[in-house]
Amino acid sequence: MTGAFAQRSIQIAFLGVVGGAWWLLTSSHAVSPLFLPPPEAVYTAVSRLVVAAPFWSAVGVTLATIAKAYGIAVVAGVFAGWLVTRSKFWTEVFEPIIAGLFTIPITLFFPMFILFFGIGAGSKVAYGAVYGFFPIALNTIAGLGRADERYLRAARSMGASSLETFRHVLLPSAFPVLVTGLRVGFFICFASVLGGEALSSIAGVGRNIALAAELMDSARMYAWIVVVICFAVSLNFVMTSIENRATASEAARR
Amino acid sequence: MSEAATAIGAGATAAGLAPAISIRGVTQRFGAVGAAQGVLALDDISLDIAPGEFVCLLGPSGCGKSTLLNIIGGLFKPTSGEVTVAGKRVDGAPRPDEIAFVFQESTLFPWYTIIENFRIALKFQGVPKSERDDLAMDALKAVGMGGFARHYPTQLSVGMRQRVNMARGICVRTNILLMDEPFAALDEQSRMVLGEDLSTLLAKTGKTIVFVTHSLAEAVFLSDRIVVMTARPGRVKTIVNVNERHPRAPDFMLEPRFGEMRNELFALLRDEIRRAMALQRDADGGGA
Repeated sequence: MTGAFAQRSIQIAFLGVVGGAWWLLTSSHAVSPLFLPPPEAVYTAVSRLVVAAPFWSAVGVTLATIAKAYGIAVVAGVFAGWLVTRSKFWTEVFEPIIAGLFTIPITLFFPMFILFFGIGAGSKVAYGAVYGFFPIALNTIAGLGRADERYLRAARSMGASSLETFRHVLLPSAFPVLVTGLRVGFFICFASVLGGEALSSIAGVGRNIALAAELMDSARMYAWIVVVICFAVSLNFVMTSIENRATASEAARR
Repeated sequence: MSEAATAIGAGATAAGLAPAISIRGVTQRFGAVGAAQGVLALDDISLDIAPGEFVCLLGPSGCGKSTLLNIIGGLFKPTSGEVTVAGKRVDGAPRPDEIAFVFQESTLFPWYTIIENFRIALKFQGVPKSERDDLAMDALKAVGMGGFARHYPTQLSVGMRQRVNMARGICVRTNILLMDEPFAALDEQSRMVLGEDLSTLLAKTGKTIVFVTHSLAEAVFLSDRIVVMTARPGRVKTIVNVNERHPRAPDFMLEPRFGEMRNELFALLRDEIRRAMALQRDADGGGA
């Protein structure tokens, strides 16, 4: 109990130190406000930002792009993982290929996405989906591969179809590992969509951050970044608690 | 030896019953013929099992008892020979409508509660949804585990888990139940109690059972016929009849003939166990 309390205190103190350093650096004019505006300027920018209509339309575009990209990554990743693990042979063929492809910085191919899918949301959907696909597929392979032979044999002897075996044996035994893959995949997808928007797009949160930077409106740029951080932190909280629940309930049953 | 087997098998059919399981010349070889690692696990096994009969496969470790059970259940295909169940050839494909398995270790899915495990087994089998809960609860009550329906398997002791595992095998509506050392993980006392319960339950259901075991007492206590197998390659050495009606009471174990049969089985097995050990030693020595 006291351990958890101490840890939490240190975490909060760390955030306090970062905030304090920010305030000190800017109020002492050690850093130009062009690079790092003072906290109160960013606060004013945030409060002005969120009441304007373009803010919500930009957030809407980005959220829709992330949702589409992530949806594709989940369906394709889980399906590919399932397909590959149907036999040990294909697992051994494809697992290293997928793991190998994941090490390539797909960012290098970003111009190709723009060429193929245009400068609109389509290219960001494709880019986010491709990046998110890999961790999800790899964790699906790892999860499905750890299913116990005993349970598979029992299901087969009871006459389970391959779909029933997947739903009632493979998926539950893969679940804790799969959830980790889904969480990692989500944040990669999230980062790719925002990065893609910042690099080249016509709308969305990433585009607005890049635009504010180009116009040297750094308070506004930081205001957008604060919004993204708040969004990411709260999503991470939700995803982690789902993951913890999945692993905790498994641990209770083991 | 195999003549003796055929003669007794013929006896069962002569009694006017078509066999529930008919095994003809089943041979199982692992690895290629003549290969250094090739192993002849089963050599020309023929056996008829009558409906409602309780048959034990008894033999030294590695004699192919479990392999034979898996072949009967269609979990894999023999190198040659055939198995016929209810007039249809089993060809390396499971027949969940006819055959249920109870495995050595508990195969209850740990992510489902006990009742969910029963529902899923019945679902796999194609039992309509409306009937699943009643069948499951009846089976659980029959083994005195009705109060544990909402528990997860890991919340139960090993003995309770295997009791439930056994009940799941009995609950699905098959005529044949194949049991692969279901009590192997249990201590001697739990084995006896569970064996007694099994005898009572099976007397009611009239299922045909093939049961693999190492335990001589278990074989005598439960079986109508005990098929004694030789060390690798597994062949039918002899068949011992136990003329005692089901359900059997623990008093049966105190009768002189129980001890006599046990001793007879031990005498039959002792040479085979020594041979199996020698084979094992040679294999290890050769590998080193």
